[in-house]
Amino acid sequence: MMNVQLKRAWYITRKDMRTYYLKSPIISWGILFPLVMILAFYIRNPDDIRSVIPGLIGVTVLFGATSLEAVVITFEKRIGAMERLLLAPIAPPTLVVSKMASGALFGLATGCLVWLVGSIVWGLRFAWLGVFVTILLGSITFALLGVVISLLMREVFDAMTMSNYFRFPMVFLCGVFVPLAEMSTALQIMASFLPLTYMVDALRHLLIVDGGAHYPLTVNLGASALFALALYWAAWRLTRYRLEDLIQ
Amino acid sequence: MRESMASIETEGLTRYYDGLCAVDHLDLTVESGELFAFLGPNGAGKTTTIRMLTGLIQPTKGTALIDGLNIRTHPLEVKARVGVVPERSNLYGELGARDNLIFMAQLYGLPRRQWRPRADELLQRVRLSERAETPFRALSRGMKRRLTIAAALVHHPTILFLDEPTTGLDVQSARSLRSMIQDLRAEGVTIFLTTHLIGEAERLCDRVGIIMEGKLVIVDTPSALRRRYQDDDLAVEVVTPSPSEALRRDLEASEKITVISSKTNSLRLGVHSLDEDLREICAIMHQHHAPIEEIRTVNVSLEDAFVKLTGMDVEILEQEKSSNGQGGRK
Repeated sequence: MMNVQLKRAWYITRKDMRTYYLKSPIISWGILFPLVMILAFYIRNPDDIRSVIPGLIGVTVLFGATSLEAVVITFEKRIGAMERLLLAPIAPPTLVVSKMASGALFGLATGCLVWLVGSIVWGLRFAWLGVFVTILLGSITFALLGVVISLLMREVFDAMTMSNYFRFPMVFLCGVFVPLAEMSTALQIMASFLPLTYMVDALRHLLIVDGGAHYPLTVNLGASALFALALYWAAWRLTRYRLEDLIQ
Repeated sequence: MRESMASIETEGLTRYYDGLCAVDHLDLTVESGELFAFLGPNGAGKTTTIRMLTGLIQPTKGTALIDGLNIRTHPLEVKARVGVVPERSNLYGELGARDNLIFMAQLYGLPRRQWRPRADELLQRVRLSERAETPFRALSRGMKRRLTIAAALVHHPTILFLDEPTTGLDVQSARSLRSMIQDLRAEGVTIFLTTHLIGEAERLCDRVGIIMEGKLVIVDTPSALRRRYQDDDLAVEVVTPSPSEALRRDLEASEKITVISSKTNSLRLGVHSLDEDLREICAIMHQHHAPIEEIRTVNVSLEDAFVKLTGMDVEILEQEKSSNGQGGRK
């Protein structure tokens, strides 16, 4: 039964990838966004670029995984396509996993692109398994955040606005541009409640020797996994109890 | 509820939306292979009923069996057995006609080797083989409707639900769709359709259920409904421009005459004897200075039975639906 549901989740993910993500504007955005970010920081201070790469990977994954994910369900709700999915023999967890996976795969791809460019050009430490797991966990977490926002909002525009309420504070509070150790205690406490903090901190451990990481690596990976589980639970509950809101 | 081999069996099926009762204690049985129509105006509870029977929404009270499976305890098994054509054609605009059907085949768990042959078979059946690669959004409204029906048939459902299948279609597309529905019925598929078009229900269906304000008013065959509401021996249609309310009242006041329905330029009247009652009709119309352009004897139709049962003006019923094209309370 689980195997059958997983197969169906994969077909939905594949359809979403084809319908929404594998379009030239989205692919070019996925390539240009991180490259422009790298270039901007390189021009500002070429000597400091290595210390910013973990943060840039985190921001790229955050935006890559949430940008479309936060609107896909709301959009499908509006055009009636969500009703089509709900008419099929698909369990609520299958729906959550299928919708999350396309955003997570896109986040993973764009995050890995920054990692590869950073590693090749600036010779970052090559801890491939740890970095891959960290980027994957982050992609899943942020894609699930997108799913939760999409399930909560009725209109596409509202979902976009709401996702920015979550994303922009994270960019400034999670040690992306300034290491956590250099931030005030109050900001550090606020950052500890945000998932991007742990992803960026883990990448500092893995990519840069003496990179100024704040938490132990196990805490970073454990916290990232907990965020992913909590958001999966929230998305599952929302799908289960607000199922009827998905029908126009 | 007893174990049953009926395709659809509901018991006390009830649904509230924010305190408003959309479907009120619906008790209904649809036999296997039957073509059943739910007839009623906007907001009567037709779409809500379909949504409960197909597992899209939960009933507030009561339950239903689909092919003997309880919709509350076996929602996935029920969904695997039924095909649904919603009021809005809602396939994926970006995907081509064939790819939409292949996606449905994947969702319903057809073996991989059957995906493409089944999609091509259905495209041929709905006469869209030439448009197999055309994105759904680029198809005409009639083609979209046909493809949506094909999508509902991908997994060989035993029961097909159609919500207002011909709404918004031109005459030719609607006719071809009705012919497709009849073919499916001949193949043994149980069909449950909702419609506001009385003629459609009368022509297509084995039985008709009339629903008003969430309550099932009556269920019977179209011919039995006609017979049941033909109190009089004969019915006549009097063609007269804009019959007034006063004229209608006076005709109704006569013991011999029954006003079955009134339209913008005609009245349908029930009479016992052509000789005597026609004289009375002419006299009353003369008093009201209402010119008689034509009088003809007619058979009592399902439309007449509907009007008598619901007191609803059929012209208004059909206009309100075609003007907004959407139904439902939700």
